[in-house]
Amino acid sequence: MESWRRHPLVFWAMGLPGIFWLIVFFLVPLGFVWLMSFGEKRGIVDIAITGTLENYLRAFDPVYLGILFKTVRISLIVTLLCIVIGYPVAYVIAFSPPKVRTWLLLAIMLPFWINMLIRTYALIAVFRTRGYVNFTLEWLYGLLRLDALFGPFQPLPMLYNEFAVIFGIVYVFLPFAVLPMYAAIERLDRSLLEAAADLGASRFHTFLTITLPLTRSGIASAVLLVFIPALGSFLIPELLGGPNAYMIGNVIAAQFKKANDWPFGAALSFLLMYATFAILAVRPLLVRRAAKGEGAR
Amino acid sequence: MRARRSRPFHAAVSRRRFLALTGGLAAALRFLPQGAQAEEEKKLNFFNWDTYIGETTLDDFRRKTGIVVKMDLFADNDELMAKLKGGNPGYDVIVPSNDYVERMIKAGMLMPLDHGKIPNFRHFEERFKDAAFDPGRKYSVTYMWGTVGIGYRKSKVKGVPDSWKYLYDSDTYAGRIALLSEPGTVIGLALKYLGYSFNDTDHAHIEEAARLIIRNKKNIKTFAPDNGQDLLASGEVDLVQEWNGDVLQVMEEDDDIAYVVPKEGAIIWQDCLCIPKGAPHPENAHAFINFLCDPKIAAQNALFIQYATPVATAKEVIRTMEGGKDYLSNPAIFPPPEVMQRLEESKYLGEEHARRIQEAWTRIQAA
Repeated sequence: MESWRRHPLVFWAMGLPGIFWLIVFFLVPLGFVWLMSFGEKRGIVDIAITGTLENYLRAFDPVYLGILFKTVRISLIVTLLCIVIGYPVAYVIAFSPPKVRTWLLLAIMLPFWINMLIRTYALIAVFRTRGYVNFTLEWLYGLLRLDALFGPFQPLPMLYNEFAVIFGIVYVFLPFAVLPMYAAIERLDRSLLEAAADLGASRFHTFLTITLPLTRSGIASAVLLVFIPALGSFLIPELLGGPNAYMIGNVIAAQFKKANDWPFGAALSFLLMYATFAILAVRPLLVRRAAKGEGAR
Repeated sequence: MRARRSRPFHAAVSRRRFLALTGGLAAALRFLPQGAQAEEEKKLNFFNWDTYIGETTLDDFRRKTGIVVKMDLFADNDELMAKLKGGNPGYDVIVPSNDYVERMIKAGMLMPLDHGKIPNFRHFEERFKDAAFDPGRKYSVTYMWGTVGIGYRKSKVKGVPDSWKYLYDSDTYAGRIALLSEPGTVIGLALKYLGYSFNDTDHAHIEEAARLIIRNKKNIKTFAPDNGQDLLASGEVDLVQEWNGDVLQVMEEDDDIAYVVPKEGAIIWQDCLCIPKGAPHPENAHAFINFLCDPKIAAQNALFIQYATPVATAKEVIRTMEGGKDYLSNPAIFPPPEVMQRLEESKYLGEEHARRIQEAWTRIQAA
């Protein structure tokens, strides 16, 4: 903590580019969008900043509240799935031998090297009516002679519905859940587990009373890393969703594109951001509780 | 519309000034020296729809003029509008549809064309030499024209689905339907089905159309963003609402696909070549537009993308080309006169109307 006081010059030399970047390319544009959220459209292109709150009031229309509620619901399901699927994966990676661990970690990061758009389009090819899953199912169906019993094979509708949207978001965000949980499990003091075993605790009991509480901060990070971006997703619902797929991100994107109504889009964006800040405020609480658990050991 | 209660506390700042300000900042941060502007560099930035240019057209243009064309793609008119309204990000030639040409002219976003540099315009059919949406064709020349109708898979559909009823008001083909995701077109065609004009602005009628679509949502698989023809070709759906040429492109590969303009009527549109204000290479842009209007080039281009060309003399060239006779006699490309009578041109009806349509669309999506 003291070092920046002792070497102010080094501090500023290292810090300035980042601070400059943050201000000029993040805070200033964000400020413009914030101002715009208090504006009104004038004609086709122009916006007048009038200080109106109408854009914010409009966001509380039942239509938008309904979409917001749906967005939160889908994001919660996605987050839960990512934790439930991701935790065992993180656990296996953390407890595997170092050589294998490197490869497993690489496998988790590999999807990041491919553009999200391409991965999502790949899902379309997998899930569509004449996609790979249905081809495989049809083949199995024929192999087991089920057509004699139940008639010809009916392809499963896996695309253009909520299942596809949830699957798509889980698919994209799962690595974000695995990595922080892996870090937490990896840091775990193994001697505690041995002690628990020595004292006769079952593996399940050990996991529930020792591993899980001690890795709570990793889970909390994973929850935030998945839930917050999931709230803002719009590409996946647009590509994989059916006629009911609209999430709040789609509404915001539509205001900037189709609706040509930037002030309203700006207001919606900021409401979403305030909600995110509120969720972020919860994180220290979670971590503090986790720390308390650690202190009590 | 509610009365505006708010009191301005800040001088009105136009979005353009707003962006000029940020743009100025960006320019100040640009360390590289600007190139000499005396002669235009041999480059052109073309902003076009997907699958909407001949296979060799851009290469032919480079060979002829040495100008390298860089093409970006947009999926709908709103996207094009959104990209350009904050200031031209560097495009030289764009391809908006008729109603958006009008909207962009009203917003002052287009550069007047110098017809002296587009001599090939004389080859155009008479009816494309003037337009209600651009009187005197000061800002635009037609690139291609066509209709929006129903593309369908013949083996999965009984007879010819020649009514919007099948898409908007029937569960005959439940779960096998895709509509466009353009709010104006989807709601406008619902209005058409209900017996109103595509350009109806009556609030009650728009509500009626929205209710119709919401009621039929259970039968609609998805609203397709400019990829309905792919959904049809891959067997995902059996009926799509689509632009004629997009369906024709997949018809070429699949004999089981057909296209029909419903009996209630549909829209006839023109996509137009325009130069947006602030285009970095206006000279090249004029040369490119003139090149696309050249009868021989227009013929090759139109035959490849299967859309109707407005260049009259191009049709003579096409007649001599392979597959040209099929193209000219195809009713899905050149609708017969009785179909033409049922077609309506979509108009730009003001920002208030645009917002109403958009709100109806959000309600449809959320329902």
